[in-house]
Order: sequence, then C-alpha cells, then structure tokens
Amino acid sequence: MTRPVYINGIGSVSAQKTFDNSVFLEDVTYRSDTIINVISPDYKSYIPPAAARRMAKGIKMSTVSAKTAIQEADLEENKIDAIIVGTGLGCIGDSEKFVRDIIDNNEQYLTPTRFIQSSHNTVAGQLALGMGCKGHNFTYVHSAISFESALLDAKLQLENKEADNILVGGVDELVDHHIDTHRLIEHIKQEPVATMAVLKSGTKGAIFSEGAHFFVLSGEKSHSCHAELVGVSTFNNLSKNQVSEKARSFLEENNLTSDSIDLIILGYNGDVEFDGYYDGLANGLFSNTCQIYYKHLVGEFDTASGFAFWLGNKIIRHHNIPPVLRLNSVEVSEPKLILCYNQYRGENHSFTLLRKC
Amino acid sequence: MTELKLELKEKIIEQLNLEDVSADDIADQDPLFGEGLGLDSIDALELIVMLDKDYGIKLADPKEGRKIFESVETMAAYITANRSA
Repeated sequence: MTRPVYINGIGSVSAQKTFDNSVFLEDVTYRSDTIINVISPDYKSYIPPAAARRMAKGIKMSTVSAKTAIQEADLEENKIDAIIVGTGLGCIGDSEKFVRDIIDNNEQYLTPTRFIQSSHNTVAGQLALGMGCKGHNFTYVHSAISFESALLDAKLQLENKEADNILVGGVDELVDHHIDTHRLIEHIKQEPVATMAVLKSGTKGAIFSEGAHFFVLSGEKSHSCHAELVGVSTFNNLSKNQVSEKARSFLEENNLTSDSIDLIILGYNGDVEFDGYYDGLANGLFSNTCQIYYKHLVGEFDTASGFAFWLGNKIIRHHNIPPVLRLNSVEVSEPKLILCYNQYRGENHSFTLLRKC
Repeated sequence: MTELKLELKEKIIEQLNLEDVSADDIADQDPLFGEGLGLDSIDALELIVMLDKDYGIKLADPKEGRKIFESVETMAAYITANRSA
C-alpha cells in the first residue's frame, strides 16, 4: 500500500517577484523583450559571502528557492532525506567559461573553480553541502521534462516509504552563449514582444528566461501543506492529436475524468509553430474548464514547468487566480483539482496533477 | 613593487570573486589564508595557475606556496625575483 505525497513547502525565484512567499503575483513586472532575467532576491541575506563567491547564478537562485521551501515546510534542514534536482542545462554559465578558457589558453592554465561549477549536478551537490545532507542526491537532465523526472523520482520514493521528506526542484540559468546560439536557430523570438502580447505574437520561437523552483515533498501532511501530488506522467514524443488521448488516459489512471478538473495550467509560450499542442486541450477536452497560462510572465526554459507547479500550489492555497494568468473566462471559486500540461517544441510532454487536501 | 602589489590585489579580487572587497581593504601584510582574507585550498590552486599564466612562474614544489602566498607582499617579492613574463 503506497501513501499519499504532500507538498509542504514551496519556493521560487523567477522573472517575477516570487521569492517572497507572503505575496502571490500582486506586483507583476511587464516587459517587452526576447529574453527576460529573474528578479533577484538579495542573495546576501540568504547566503554567506564566503560561500556565495564561488556560486554560479543557478546555485544562488536554487539556494534561495530551496531555503524558502524548507522554511515554509517548517522543517529542520537535517530532516531532509534526499535532494533531487531537474535541470536542462545545469550551470551552463560556468561550463561556457570553462570551455572558453580551454580555447583561449590553448588547453593550459585551467583553474578548478569553473570546472567544479560546470557539471549538471553542481546544484544538487552544493545544496547538500550547504545543508549537510548525506542522503540520496540525484540530478535529472532531460530537456523540458527534467523537473517532472525529479518529481516522479521523489513521488515514488515517498510513496514507497524510502524517504520521509525530499527537497525536489528544477533550475536553469540564462547565459550569453546560450542566448546567442538559440537566437541564431530562431528558438528565441527575433523581435521583442510585450508580456501581454506573447500569445498573439504570431512569430516563431519563445521568450527565453531562467528560474529555480524548489519544493518540500513529504509522506506526512504538515500544517503548511499546499496540496497533494496525485500524479506525474511524461512522454518524449507525442503528435498533436495524441495529446488529448494521453491526457484522458492519465486522468483515468487516477480515477478521474476531464470534468473533474477545476483548472488547467497550460505552457503556451507564443511559439506559432508549437502552441497548437495546447490548443487541442484548450479547445477540446478542457474547453469548459478554467484555463491559465504563465510563460508570458516567466518565459521559457527547460524547467519552466516548475513555475506551473508552484502556481498550482499557490492557487490551491490562496483560492485566487490572478487575472493576468487567465486564458478564458470560465470561473472557478475554489480549485480542488489542477492539471498542468507542458511541452517544448513538440517534445518532452508532461502531465502533473495536484489536489487540494 | 607598489604597482605590482596593487595589480596582485586586483587580480586576487577578480579571479577569486571576492565580492565587496576592494584593493584598499587588503593590506600588503594581511594573511591571505586563514584569518586574513579567508582563502582556501581551491584558491591556492587558482593562485598557482595565476603565477604560471600571468608571470611565467611554475611552482615545482607546492609546499613553496605556503610561504609565497602568505601575503600580497610575499607574493610580490617572489614574483619580482622569479618572473619571466
């Protein structure tokens, strides 16, 4: 018999001011750009300067996000049994610098710091070092389902009582070379688009961004509990007409139908080539369901769906859907079941289901 | 020598990412490791690479580093006596 999995703490550093858990998108930042950076918290109030000086941006964002989640879960750091992180590109900034050093210095004079920081599992490792967590430490690198892969691992471990409290998160950072190459191949939009015009841009590519979203998942429900994680499912390749069928079977596996869903969070990013994947759900199976989107606020990155997960938890807690997120006008007073669907460029699809508890 | 000391301080700050530290905050005789700037073994490796790359000095015996990296003053003295770049 497996046990339920609860989300007892959440943390976010994103292109909106989300690092403060006491507010919920009350002060939205609107932009007009092709890339958007995170709104940084005051890192010094979270990380000692001696530790911060070797931290890449992704590690700093993750540290703040993780600390926020653990604090909200009201958990001592030594109660965390495992750390599981999803990331598309890891600490790509230091990877780029390390490779540039190799080229510039003819493979000589390589220094240790950038090498240490340049691996994908640096974030999970640094979090564990900072917390003194000697338990399971794992990093999933799988494009747009990196976060969901981490989430699924945590869910299985908690259900099977292999751990009681797991810190799980997703992180990706935005750096120059990554921007240059993705602009070149037109995965980043060529022209700036205003926040509220992203969906109607009619152009190829997305607004690129970065962020870190961490959660404390536990086998026991605490007083800080936001929601229950009911299910996670991922698919590497789906055609547009397979998405609805997979959504239906995902809900069936959890003894639900599309009518049971109060709110659906869709990962629309304004890419005219691939937003059609969401249209199938928005105009079909969930046409009478309250629909929201979020990438116009926080941009696209491999673990952007971590923001959707954060959003679902916030909405269940606050019973409030900020109007800036709305895709349709279907009303729901107190969402109890929330489905998240995400994909990137037609690949790496994920369904995640949250329930009020 | 004064110029070299200032150069070293700036390089140390930049290469070791010492945030909120300026060259004026580092006295010539301040210990770089331990109670002074609080540098550690990874920083020592960074400094060894810096000596090689920027001043053409290869430390054959890493134990030498203990004395050379005692302070900016000892570093500057060693570089002045041994530099090839």
